[in-house]
Amino acid sequence: MGSGGQRGVAHDPGSQRPESLESPGSPRPPPPPPRHGPGALPGPAVPALPRRLHLRQEERHPLRAAPRGAAQSVAILLYLNRKYKVPDHWYPQDLQACARVDEYLAWQHTTLRRNCLRALWHKVMFPVFLGEPVSPEMLAATLAELDATLQLLEDKFLQNKAFLTGPHISLADLIAITELMHPVGAGCQIFEGRPKLAAWRRRVEAAVGEDLFQEAHEVILKAKDSPPADPIIKQKLMPRVLAMIQ
Amino acid sequence: MGLELYLDLLSQPCRAVYIFAKRNGIPFELRPVEIFRGQLLSKDFSQINSLCKVPALKDGDFILSESTAILIYLSCKYPTADHWYPSNLQARARIHEYLGWHADCVRGTFGAPLWIQVLAPLIGVHLPEEKVQRNRAAIDRALQQLEDKFLRDQAFLTGQDVTLADLMALEELIQPVAVGFDLFEGRPKLAAWRERLEAFLGTDLCQETHGLILNILEQAANKKIPDPAPEIYPYMLLRISRIP
Repeated sequence: MGSGGQRGVAHDPGSQRPESLESPGSPRPPPPPPRHGPGALPGPAVPALPRRLHLRQEERHPLRAAPRGAAQSVAILLYLNRKYKVPDHWYPQDLQACARVDEYLAWQHTTLRRNCLRALWHKVMFPVFLGEPVSPEMLAATLAELDATLQLLEDKFLQNKAFLTGPHISLADLIAITELMHPVGAGCQIFEGRPKLAAWRRRVEAAVGEDLFQEAHEVILKAKDSPPADPIIKQKLMPRVLAMIQ
Repeated sequence: MGLELYLDLLSQPCRAVYIFAKRNGIPFELRPVEIFRGQLLSKDFSQINSLCKVPALKDGDFILSESTAILIYLSCKYPTADHWYPSNLQARARIHEYLGWHADCVRGTFGAPLWIQVLAPLIGVHLPEEKVQRNRAAIDRALQQLEDKFLRDQAFLTGQDVTLADLMALEELIQPVAVGFDLFEGRPKLAAWRERLEAFLGTDLCQETHGLILNILEQAANKKIPDPAPEIYPYMLLRISRIP
């Protein structure tokens, strides 16, 4: 496997990050020339942002996310981020700023992502799509867990910052907002009574662009209108869904 | 004060961080934290990491949690060989691809046998056989995928060189082994991978890192495991309830 041929233009943090690295014996290659701005190479402008959200198409429909395990969207986003010259704030060069994004991306997997998916499935997808009732106690427990996670999101990550890991939007915010659209699509009013989170959401939407944001979430926001699944599909999906939302 | 690592070697992600730091000669102060004595919830520790989790890293004023983030930070900050977290875009993407699957299918699943056999009984909880079997089946499925989708005919999980992915996987796989579930038996490919990896890391380092966990059954038998502190009962009960 090699992307060696692209090194001249690829945005490769491996060659730029170690300002603090002490390795006197091994000089690092010079950073690649920028693709935008002063000193940029000619070439097609890469619309990095639309690519990010379009490549998350697999998440647009909860069904498609189910078998694949949407965790791969992190790997895909990181790949895109490095391959195309995108603004630094998405996944900063700075070691500590980048570590904050890594920390969020790791934390969210078993917390926010899990609870958002459970809320979607317990509130809407099981009863409406799969025709499987969910007890009020189970639903209440799921929504309570989601609530607790949202509190952690605000208290430990967002705090008084504009975005989750600092003053600028990053991949952390992108991953977070797309997960939060699952319970929103299920009709949960998660931003009600959470003005801080609601303000953050507005900032993220503004940074992404409202039209693009709507487009990316069009399908998930209609989750509760899903027609019932055909029995054969239901049978195939059930074990995978159950495994996904444990 | 230099780099500090807050670790409990009973925990899989803690061991991955420990073994990485040691293998790469990264100087650090070990701050042992004993989860089951409730030390995660102590005032001192929650000032270090308000998320109350280990592993945690403290580098001057910079505090970081999550083993993946810590491993990446260490591999970038200190002079470590490129293969751990390669600068090659596609090689690096393979590691993240593995870590995504690992978070879904390995994390949680491979920790369950220790909970079922040793930790839950400490607070009087005994899980039904149905859950034990379901967990075994999940472990088997994950091992099959590990071999078929990741390891395949390669020396290591994402290619011919050892990476962070291998460390994360090894420490999770050791966990059930520690309670007598020899998941390498009948899986020669995986057993060979483990041997290669442990040879690369060094026998002494592996023994040092794995000593505590591999001794857990003996400790339990001799009633040497301290009773869990009451303040962590909620955490334990929550964790147990997550076993499907």
